[in-house]
Amino acid sequence: MTAGVIIMVALGAVFVFLAVQGAQGFHTDRSVYEPAAHNFWTYAAKLLFGTTLAAVLAMIIAVPFAIGLALFISHYAPRRLAVPVAYVIDLLAAVPSVVYGLWGARSLASAAQPVQRWLGDHLGWFPLFSGQVSATGRTILVAAVVLAIMILPITTAICREVFQQTPRLLEEAALGLGATRWEMIRMAVFPHARSGMVAGVMLGLGRALGETMAVAMVLSASPLVTLKVLTSDNPATIASNIAANYNSEDNRIQTVLIATGLVLFVFTFLVNFAARLIVARSERRLA
Amino acid sequence: MTTADVTVQTHSLPLHRLRLPQYAVPMVMGTAVVVAALLGLLLGWGWVPMAIVAILLTDVALPLWSRLVEGRRAAVDRLVTALIWTALVCALAPLAWLLIKTLASGIPAINGHFLTHNMVQQLDPVTFKTMPGSGVVHALLGTLLVTLGATIISVPVGLMTSVYLVEYGRGRPIARVITLLVDVMTGIPSIVAGLFVLALFSVFFGVGTRMGVMGSIALSLLMIPTVVRSAEEMMRLVPGDLREASYALGVPKWRTILKVVLPTSIGGIITGVMLAISRVIGETAPLLVAVGSIDVTNTNLFSGRMQTLPVFIMTEYQTSTPAGYRLAWGGALLLIAIVMVLNLAARIIGKIFAPKTGH
Repeated sequence: MTAGVIIMVALGAVFVFLAVQGAQGFHTDRSVYEPAAHNFWTYAAKLLFGTTLAAVLAMIIAVPFAIGLALFISHYAPRRLAVPVAYVIDLLAAVPSVVYGLWGARSLASAAQPVQRWLGDHLGWFPLFSGQVSATGRTILVAAVVLAIMILPITTAICREVFQQTPRLLEEAALGLGATRWEMIRMAVFPHARSGMVAGVMLGLGRALGETMAVAMVLSASPLVTLKVLTSDNPATIASNIAANYNSEDNRIQTVLIATGLVLFVFTFLVNFAARLIVARSERRLA
Repeated sequence: MTTADVTVQTHSLPLHRLRLPQYAVPMVMGTAVVVAALLGLLLGWGWVPMAIVAILLTDVALPLWSRLVEGRRAAVDRLVTALIWTALVCALAPLAWLLIKTLASGIPAINGHFLTHNMVQQLDPVTFKTMPGSGVVHALLGTLLVTLGATIISVPVGLMTSVYLVEYGRGRPIARVITLLVDVMTGIPSIVAGLFVLALFSVFFGVGTRMGVMGSIALSLLMIPTVVRSAEEMMRLVPGDLREASYALGVPKWRTILKVVLPTSIGGIITGVMLAISRVIGETAPLLVAVGSIDVTNTNLFSGRMQTLPVFIMTEYQTSTPAGYRLAWGGALLLIAIVMVLNLAARIIGKIFAPKTGH
């Protein structure tokens, strides 16, 4: 009982202290942090844009792989392979984020530079790929790839679990009616697992939004709004911006950072909450 | 005459549809590899583009062949199967790449000096010149202490919460609120936990305060939900029969929990705690914000900055020098090794203490 209350107090305290400290940040003179912004909200909006862009790019990359992997473990793998593969995917989750950041910045970025140059040369007409391609390869696209690898395990794990919960009878009925394995999955497994898949994707999104180190180490970023993912001018995310500037001794900057942290907290909270709402609603519909 | 007609008719009805032969998949893959290798040799590619071309060739050729022989539905099925295997390879490739790169770059950095010194400048005993420090021991100690602090905070809170949820709070609204809050806590971005502690301590101790214990508190915010979740699941697995047998003997509830429920689920709880530790030991962002970074060894959790292994990797990376990168990779290898050992130990302990119920 007491411990439960401690948890509630702790969570309340997180919010209250961030709010109290951040409240001053909302009104801090803009010259302190970024002269180009009109006020705190335009500043936060730019950072929020970067956060969302990186996370959404990561989701676009990660979700097909996660669903494929989950299907592999639940339906496609020979039995001897399924358990080791699931274990190895969990291993992906165990690698610390700072190591992913190091690897992304030192290995992946330089290896991906030719690919990015090719994309810029041949698909430059596509708005995302337009602009001068970065020479170092350290772009938001690479950061998104690293983020995608980091959120792959959680999305895979949740999808795998819901796939495995499909009633055996439904699957066997589909196969018995002559469906191929893919038709069985499309008609029996996916409808059954839809809400779980959405939940897995949203939880992955929540994690990608709050992830700091991968973005902070791969990018040298500044708060700006751009959709060009291959250039060396990269939008910063809230978390990476905090990690880049936390060391400032200026108290006013610290309060501004805490205020942006509050924005991030509320934003991820809303995403996670929406995930739970979707799950709850579809569960009711199924029941 | 009529009988002959009948036999002809039965023979013209095939008993099963045409299928690709058993050896179709290895054959297509082999051909794709050979073609890709030839193309690669002719055009001078590295082995990575060769592998990608081989995989793409397989993904295209197998469904096409199937489309010609088996029909559309089977071809789609083959295409999806091929794509799923491709997804597996694509997901495992970065992990292998990362581990190999860390091993290759980390092993040269790890030696006796690295493991026994900190980053303070030292006098070279032979040449009597000062040389930059190149050791990790301060970060190693810091990580262990901060994580230990986090464990000391989160295990009692987490355990008691799960005892409450399982044994006392069944169906009560307050239990539902706690479950919801634990879910919310799982979603806290780690850097926000660090910021919170920073905000909290700058209220009481003034701006610019950095202490090891701040990192412990931040990490425990991330650790508590994991501990609650796993302990709760383990305690729910304890059969109700055991509890009722204990109640029937007149044992009070708190004693039943201490002597029956906890001992039965202890293996799972320890596994959960160790997995939670391995999850937070690699956290960088909250420590960067709340504990900061320093070159000397500091073993006092309650005074001043401490170095931790993840932050060590980050700061060495930011020096952008070959020596810094070397130290960063060495630290990364050490950190991965610690996390893997914790993971492995957790699983082994889970196996040893697995409850031996008759069910």
